[in-house]
Amino acid sequence: MSESAKPHHPNPQGKGEKTHGSDFSYVGIDAILEQMRRKAMKQGFELNIMVVGQSGLGKSTLMNTLFKSKVSRKSVQPNPEERIPKTIEIKSISHDIEEKGVRMKLTVIDTPGFGDQINNENCWQPIMKFINDQYEAYLQEEININRKKRIPDSRVHCCIYFIPPTGHCLRPLDVEFMRRLSKVVNIVPVIAKADTLTLEERDFFKQTIREELRANGIDVYPQKEFDEDADDRMINDKIREMIPFAVVGSDQEYQVNGKRILGRKTKWGTIEVENIAHCEFAYLRDLLIRTHMQNIKDITGSIHYETYRVRRLNESNAHFSSHPSDHPAAQPKANGQPEVQHSAPQANGVAAQHEVLSHEM
Amino acid sequence: MQLPLLTESSRCFVLQLAATTMASTEIARQAGEGARAVPLAGHVGFDSMPDQLVNKSVNHGFCFNILCVGETGLGKSTLMDTLFNTKFEGEPTQHNQPGVTLKSNTYELQESNVRLKLTVVNTVGFGDQINKEDSYKSIVEFIDAQFEAYLQEELKIKRTLHSYHDTRIHACLYFIAPTGHSLKSLDLVTMKKLDSKVNIIPIVAKSDAISKSELAKFKIKITSELVSNGVQIYQFPTDDESVAEINSTMNSHLPFAVVGSTEEVKIGNKMVKARQYPWGTVQVENENHCDFVKLREMLIRVNMEDLREQTHTRHYELYRRCKLEEMGFKDTDPDSKPFSLQETYEAKRNEFMGELQKKEEEMRQMFVQRVKEKEAELKEAEKELHEKFDRLKKLHQDEKKKLEDKKKSLDDELNMFKQKKTAAELLYNQAQQAGGSTTLKRDKERKNLGFL
Repeated sequence: MSESAKPHHPNPQGKGEKTHGSDFSYVGIDAILEQMRRKAMKQGFELNIMVVGQSGLGKSTLMNTLFKSKVSRKSVQPNPEERIPKTIEIKSISHDIEEKGVRMKLTVIDTPGFGDQINNENCWQPIMKFINDQYEAYLQEEININRKKRIPDSRVHCCIYFIPPTGHCLRPLDVEFMRRLSKVVNIVPVIAKADTLTLEERDFFKQTIREELRANGIDVYPQKEFDEDADDRMINDKIREMIPFAVVGSDQEYQVNGKRILGRKTKWGTIEVENIAHCEFAYLRDLLIRTHMQNIKDITGSIHYETYRVRRLNESNAHFSSHPSDHPAAQPKANGQPEVQHSAPQANGVAAQHEVLSHEM
Repeated sequence: MQLPLLTESSRCFVLQLAATTMASTEIARQAGEGARAVPLAGHVGFDSMPDQLVNKSVNHGFCFNILCVGETGLGKSTLMDTLFNTKFEGEPTQHNQPGVTLKSNTYELQESNVRLKLTVVNTVGFGDQINKEDSYKSIVEFIDAQFEAYLQEELKIKRTLHSYHDTRIHACLYFIAPTGHSLKSLDLVTMKKLDSKVNIIPIVAKSDAISKSELAKFKIKITSELVSNGVQIYQFPTDDESVAEINSTMNSHLPFAVVGSTEEVKIGNKMVKARQYPWGTVQVENENHCDFVKLREMLIRVNMEDLREQTHTRHYELYRRCKLEEMGFKDTDPDSKPFSLQETYEAKRNEFMGELQKKEEEMRQMFVQRVKEKEAELKEAEKELHEKFDRLKKLHQDEKKKLEDKKKSLDDELNMFKQKKTAAELLYNQAQQAGGSTTLKRDKERKNLGFL
C-alpha cells in the first residue's frame, strides 16, 4: 500500500559489496520514520521547565506567553505586610496541552522566594536539591527489578534564569547560581522585562553578560562541548551569539495594524512580543520549543543524568566499601536519605574522585 | 478570556478538545498527579516535536537484527537477499555440521536519508544432526548472550547507552519446511523455547512446492498446533487505529508462505523477481503467488519499530528481571520495605568475603602442614645419610686395616725368604768350597734353592 506512494527508486547499498547494476525496487526501510512518528504521537511528550528569578521579573507571564495559555499563576500578594516567604518554595504544576494531535505534558516548576530575602546565601540549595531529587527518583525507578514500561520523566530539562535588566553586569547572586546549576541542568539565561532597555543598552548588557559568563567558566545552553557536528556547531554558534535573549512577556492582546497580537501597551507605543525588532521572545520560543526541545531533553537525559548517576553510584560504592571501583554493577544506596546526597562521603580518600559540586553542597 | 483556538476549522477544534480530554485522562492516569488539560490560545509550535525526534533518530541511524532459524536448504539466505534487495555475502552451507552454530553478519544499508545497520544471524547446521535434542540450545544461548551484553552495558557506572550498538534480536523468522502436513517436533520444541525470548514470525519456506489448497490446510494445521502447544508467536499490534486494520488482516494470514528469489525474469515488459519453471513462473511480488509482499509489509514497512519496542520492553525486561532475581536482588523484602540492590549486594559480598577468608585459612594451614611434613622427611633423609656415611667410613677403615695386615704378613714372608735365600747361598758357597763332587747334589740343592 505504501509501495504506490513512493515513486522514486532509492538504491540500498550493501557494505563492501558491489551492488548490481540493475534497477532496484523499493524496500521500505525509511517507513520506519513514519512508524516512529506514529509511536511518538501515541505516547505523547513530556517537558519540565523550571523558572528561576526574583519576584516581579515576569516569570509567570513569560511562561504563559510561551505556551499561549495560563500554565503559571502569577503570585499574588494581597497584603503588603504578608511576609515574603522565608524559604524558597518549589511549586510544580503540570498541564496537558495538545497541538495538531501532538500531546505534551508540560510541567512548570516555579521557585517563588528565590533571591527575595535579605540574606540570600545558599538560596540555590533547595533548587539543587529539587533537581537532584528528580534525578534520584528516575534512577531509583530505573534500577528497580520490576520497572514500568515508560519511566515517568520528572527531571528538569531546562532552567530559565531571569536576569534583572540593570544594564550593567551580572550580580554576584546570578553568577553564583548559574555557576553551580550549569553543571546539573541546562540553563537558559534571559534578560527579563527587556522593554526597559534601549537597543544599545541591550547590546552592551548582553556583551557584558557573555564575557562574565565566559570569565567565570559558566557553560549555558547550548553548551559548546555537546555540539555534535559542524552543522550543529554552526547553528549553535549563532545562538550563542545571541544569548541571553532579551524578552518581554505578555498575555494581553492588542490591535496593531489590523491584527491582534500579544503585546504591552504603553503611552509611547505598543511593544509587540513576537516582533523580533522589538524583543527576542520569538528566538527564545523557537529555541526552546520549535527546534531544540528534543536536544535539550537529550542532553538532560544522556549527560546531566548520567553524570549524576555516575557520581551517585560511585558515592554509594565508596560509602559501603573501602575500595573505589569501576565495578560493573549498579549499587545505589538504600532509602535515599536526603542529607546523604548532599554531604560529602566519608573521607576514605576516595572522595577526591567525585565532582567538586558534591563538596560545595 | 482566551480567544478561540486558531485552527483551520471548528471541527478540528472539537476534535482537539476531545483528544485533549482523552489524552488528559490517559496521562493523568499515568502521572496520577491530576495534571489538567489547558487549551492553547495560539500556535505554540511544539507540534514539531515528532519531527525533532525523527531527525535525531535519522542522524543517529537505526539498527535492526533478524535471526533466521530453519533447516539447511530452506532458502533463508535467499529470502534475506530478496527482502532487502541486496546480495549479502556468503555461500550455501554444507550439511555436515556437527552442531548448530550461529553466524551473524552486519550490513549497512541506506535508503533516502535513513541509515540502517542490519544484522542477519543465520543458524548454520540446524536440523542436520542425527541427534537434534540440543539444537535449540545454541540459539537460546546466543539470544541470551545479546541480552546479557545489553544488561551489562546498562548496569555499568560509566555507560554510553545512546551510542551502544544494540545487538538484541528484534525478530526471529522461523522457516517451516513445506511438507504440507504439520509441524515437525523439532520445530515445536524450538519455537516453544524461543517464544518468551524473541518475537517469532513463522513462515512457510519454499512455498511454491505446495499447491494452494494444500497450503490453506497446512496453515490451519500449523496455527492450531501452535495454539495447542501454547507457543506465543508475534502478533502484529492492533491498538493503533492507523494500522490496526491491516495488522489484524495480516494476523489471520500467518504463517506467511513465501518464495524468495534474486533472479529476474521478464514478464510482460517488466523485469520481476521470479522463479522460472518449465510449467510456469512464480513471481515473488505477486500476491496471488505467495505472501512475500505481506511479509515485507509487516516486517519492514509497518512494524519494524514495534518489533524493536517489544524486544526492549517485553523480552529484555523479562530477561533482566529473571537475571537480577537469580543473582539474589529483590525489590522488596517480606516486610514490603524496599530493599536496595546495595544491601543485597553488601550481604552477598560479605558472604563471599567470609568464604574467601575461610578458604584462605584452610589453604594456609594445609601449606604449613605440608611444610612440616616435608621438613620431617628431609630430616629423616639427612639422618640416614649420616648413618650411611659412618658405616662406609667404618668399612673403609676395616679394609684398610686388613690390607695393612696382609701387607705386614707379606713383608714378613719376604723377609723370611730373604733370610732363607742368604742362608742357602751361604751353604752353597760352603759346599762349593768343600769340594765340587756331587754336582747332582748341587743341582738338587740348586733346585731346592730355586724353589725357596
